[in-house]
Amino acid sequence: MARHHHHHAVLGPRRAGLTCLIPPLFLALLVCTAVFSANVPNNQSGGGWREDEKDDNDDVDNDEQHRRRGNATKTFPVLSFNYEHIRIPFEVSLWILLALLMKLGFHVIPRVSRVVPESCLLILVGLLVGGAIKAVRQTAPVLDSRLFFLYLLPPIILDAGYFLPVRPFAENLGTILLLAVAGTLWNAFFVGGATYAVCLLAGGRLAGADLLSCLLFGSIVSAVDPVAVLAVFEEIHINELLYILVFGESLLNDAVTVVLYHLFEEFSHAGTVTIADALLGVLSFFAVSCGGILIGVVYGLLGAFTSRFTSRTRVIEPLFVFLYSYMAYLSAEVFHLSGIMSLIACGVITRPYVEANISHKSYTTVKYFLKMWSSVSETLIFIFLGVSTVAGPHEWNWTFVTVTVVLCLVSRVLGVVGLAYVVNKFRIIKLTKKDQFIVAYGGLRGAIAFSLGFLLTQHQMKHLFLTAIITVIFFTVFVQGITIRPLVELLEVKKKRECDDSINEEIHTQFLDHLLVGIEDVCGHYGHHHWKDKLSRFNKTYVKKWLISGERSTQPQLLSFYNKMEMKQALMLVESGGGGNIFKPTAPHTDPRFPSRRRADVLEARQKEIRKMLHSNMQKDRQRLRSYSRHDLMEDPFEDDVSEARFRKRAEMGRRMSHYLTVPAKRPEAPPSVRRVAFQPEHRVYTYDDDESAREPTEARTDPGLPDAVRPQNQEEDDQQRLAALRRLSDPGPV
Amino acid sequence: MREGRTKGGTWRRGCVSCPSIRAPKVPLAFSGGAMGSWQARPEQQHYYHQLAQKTGFSAEQIKNLHHRFRELSANGETISRAHLESIPTLAKNPIKKQIIDAFFDKRNQQEGESGRLEELDLGHFLMVMSHFRPPRHKSGEDERCAVRRQKLRFLFNMHDTDNDGTITLVEYRKVVEELLSKSGAIGHEAAKAIADAAMLEVASTNVPHMAPDEFYEGITFEHFEQILNGLEMESRMHIRFLDVDTSTVRCGKAGSTSTP
Repeated sequence: MARHHHHHAVLGPRRAGLTCLIPPLFLALLVCTAVFSANVPNNQSGGGWREDEKDDNDDVDNDEQHRRRGNATKTFPVLSFNYEHIRIPFEVSLWILLALLMKLGFHVIPRVSRVVPESCLLILVGLLVGGAIKAVRQTAPVLDSRLFFLYLLPPIILDAGYFLPVRPFAENLGTILLLAVAGTLWNAFFVGGATYAVCLLAGGRLAGADLLSCLLFGSIVSAVDPVAVLAVFEEIHINELLYILVFGESLLNDAVTVVLYHLFEEFSHAGTVTIADALLGVLSFFAVSCGGILIGVVYGLLGAFTSRFTSRTRVIEPLFVFLYSYMAYLSAEVFHLSGIMSLIACGVITRPYVEANISHKSYTTVKYFLKMWSSVSETLIFIFLGVSTVAGPHEWNWTFVTVTVVLCLVSRVLGVVGLAYVVNKFRIIKLTKKDQFIVAYGGLRGAIAFSLGFLLTQHQMKHLFLTAIITVIFFTVFVQGITIRPLVELLEVKKKRECDDSINEEIHTQFLDHLLVGIEDVCGHYGHHHWKDKLSRFNKTYVKKWLISGERSTQPQLLSFYNKMEMKQALMLVESGGGGNIFKPTAPHTDPRFPSRRRADVLEARQKEIRKMLHSNMQKDRQRLRSYSRHDLMEDPFEDDVSEARFRKRAEMGRRMSHYLTVPAKRPEAPPSVRRVAFQPEHRVYTYDDDESAREPTEARTDPGLPDAVRPQNQEEDDQQRLAALRRLSDPGPV
Repeated sequence: MREGRTKGGTWRRGCVSCPSIRAPKVPLAFSGGAMGSWQARPEQQHYYHQLAQKTGFSAEQIKNLHHRFRELSANGETISRAHLESIPTLAKNPIKKQIIDAFFDKRNQQEGESGRLEELDLGHFLMVMSHFRPPRHKSGEDERCAVRRQKLRFLFNMHDTDNDGTITLVEYRKVVEELLSKSGAIGHEAAKAIADAAMLEVASTNVPHMAPDEFYEGITFEHFEQILNGLEMESRMHIRFLDVDTSTVRCGKAGSTSTP
């Protein structure tokens, strides 16, 4: 412990050192708690009520006298100590708190966290804690498989599935499936078979391994683990293609793993596997994967449908998303189908519809809760992995372990290279050698393998297998996890491009989709774009009508994207600005008070909010606006608040906005004379007319349609009318 | 055009410069319409070879595309607008007009001319199609850049309808409107808002320090390239030409089959 202290204090600055004293303190506290809780049953003489250690008044004496006297009447205990009552929640919370403090600690020391991925550090911490607990001669908690599969794994998978980038996933689905199914099968059989051969050759302790056991072992250790992959890949920011290949593979190989595991487990007790069993296994694979996906889709559609009606109870909206997904996972697990695939399917299906239905705040809540839970889960998993390593009974056999590690690496590399060769014949964007290397190197094993190994029942080789599995996990997570970052730099693998939502890219992505469909039509063949287009059209005409409430069911995707982006930008600006006059937007989605509002109104109202915010801090000293003015004119009320840089930036943005929203340069008339708008001296927040209908006389409407939510506090009718009149004057007319 | 109607394998000997073209399985003496002019095989192969060099397609692909060309043009020599507009599946496309215009745009023929074509012959057709070829596997950085530029140029030409070298706000608005046109009555304002925001974004990325008196004219080709840099056009803007099996597709013209 002291070593731990010293290490931390030396590395970081003083403040960091102080902060890092806290985790070890909690570690100590945890160990004490564990010790104490183990000891408490020994000291109790029946019932917790009698434990009076903190009393220091007469009552103690009285009570002791009473106790000495036997079953006399008990005085009322002023203070009592009852640990058993809250033991389990307390320990759970303490563990979680410890995990999070560790995470905090790592980020305070930047140097370490840049070199070593967090998962490694967490495992180390787990090792330390396990060691500490063991040193006090207590039994350390092991990563219970039930705990893992039912509570720790689902949040991570849901988070991954909900935020899965669907487009690259669908585009590379063939490759991913091939890697997941064929790759895992190859790995399992190769490792299992080769291990069996080695066991036969080595003899001794290892001679007890029969083929089925080895195949079982192979199937456990060969699956790429999504948790470990996520933990490492998220830190190295690799390009989207490679990320989706490795990550997609780790998700989809769950079905294969489940089938192989159950198959071999069943038959390793029976003794032999016949051809019929193998065929049944294949059938079972299809049932497991398709069944899992089906369950996920059903629950996803249910969730989307439910979210259609939640407009009046916005507070519980996020819960629907979580609960339906969790139910999908559990339902799949009931039938021994692939829970992971069902969870992914549910998340992918739910997301577009739910996001169209729920409010902005609920969306943020969903996002943050998912991230939060998955983060906690991941941390706990790695810590427990470390603790379980120390705790579990081990059987170390040099031959077996080294052979396993080597075989895993070799089989992974061979598998990926071979499959890439096959798949490159069909891909347009071929996988280069670099890509193949990263895919092979990123095949990390993790806690799923450990838990599956732990679940092995009554196996004579169980401890041997467990030790080997743990070694493989440690090797991949530590060695491969730490070295992958410098390798990525060295090989100059393409990194993830800075993903800023760009309305241009969105426009052109859609434009390109339509263009490619059109060209395929001209060429006369039903290619991949054609079917994608058909699917999206089906989605639009039938599915969206059922699952999305109100007018948003017919809102085109471009528009939703635009609204989302504008809202995001506006919120960012509001957050960075601060200050009195900024008007905070309300939830942008269909305001329940005004269900009959036209779509254009919704867009307009939102835009107004946004532009108002953007311009509320701008200096408008006789600024010449060459715009058909959709802007407010306001004086900057807070030169004192806003820092110079921000101020300038906002002013610039305002000017630019006014530039671009102009009629193009080709128009012969000179802009300024027509468009100069008068300067309003008072500090006022104005609103516009409802929309640009001021310009288009056919649609001219006055304002009253705006809900109160959009209207700011201080507004006056005459000002508004004056503004409207000015705008009409200044407007050059519709283009 | 020389007349020479023969069948079978005697053709091959005449064509020395195109060894990659296989002997046809079907005696390919095709009619050029009512006039009954027959094209001699070596010339056709030579023509194919020229086209292959110019557009980068392989001979197999050119043959398939030629097959399709004949279907579209009802066995004529050229394709007219009416032919393209009568493709039934194209009717549901929101940017149908732009696509058809792109075919008849001289700027896409890479010959430095501008204006409109009246009719397309095979060469023009193939030239437009060549913009959608997938990238080669082992292409170097320069080649990828060139391919990307060519594809982006195609897109730019589609937007820049008046050929002044920039995409102005009006033109961009038209693009967005067309995109949203089939999605219901979304209204003029929405399209305008989106197009405006998009222009703003282009300007703020490309010309970050504009003086108050400056005025952003329109998106030039360089800015266009810059803003779409992240999309990696060379890997996205392509269709598969290998397995164009046009014989299974009905192109909507009743009873039209290519006469052997």
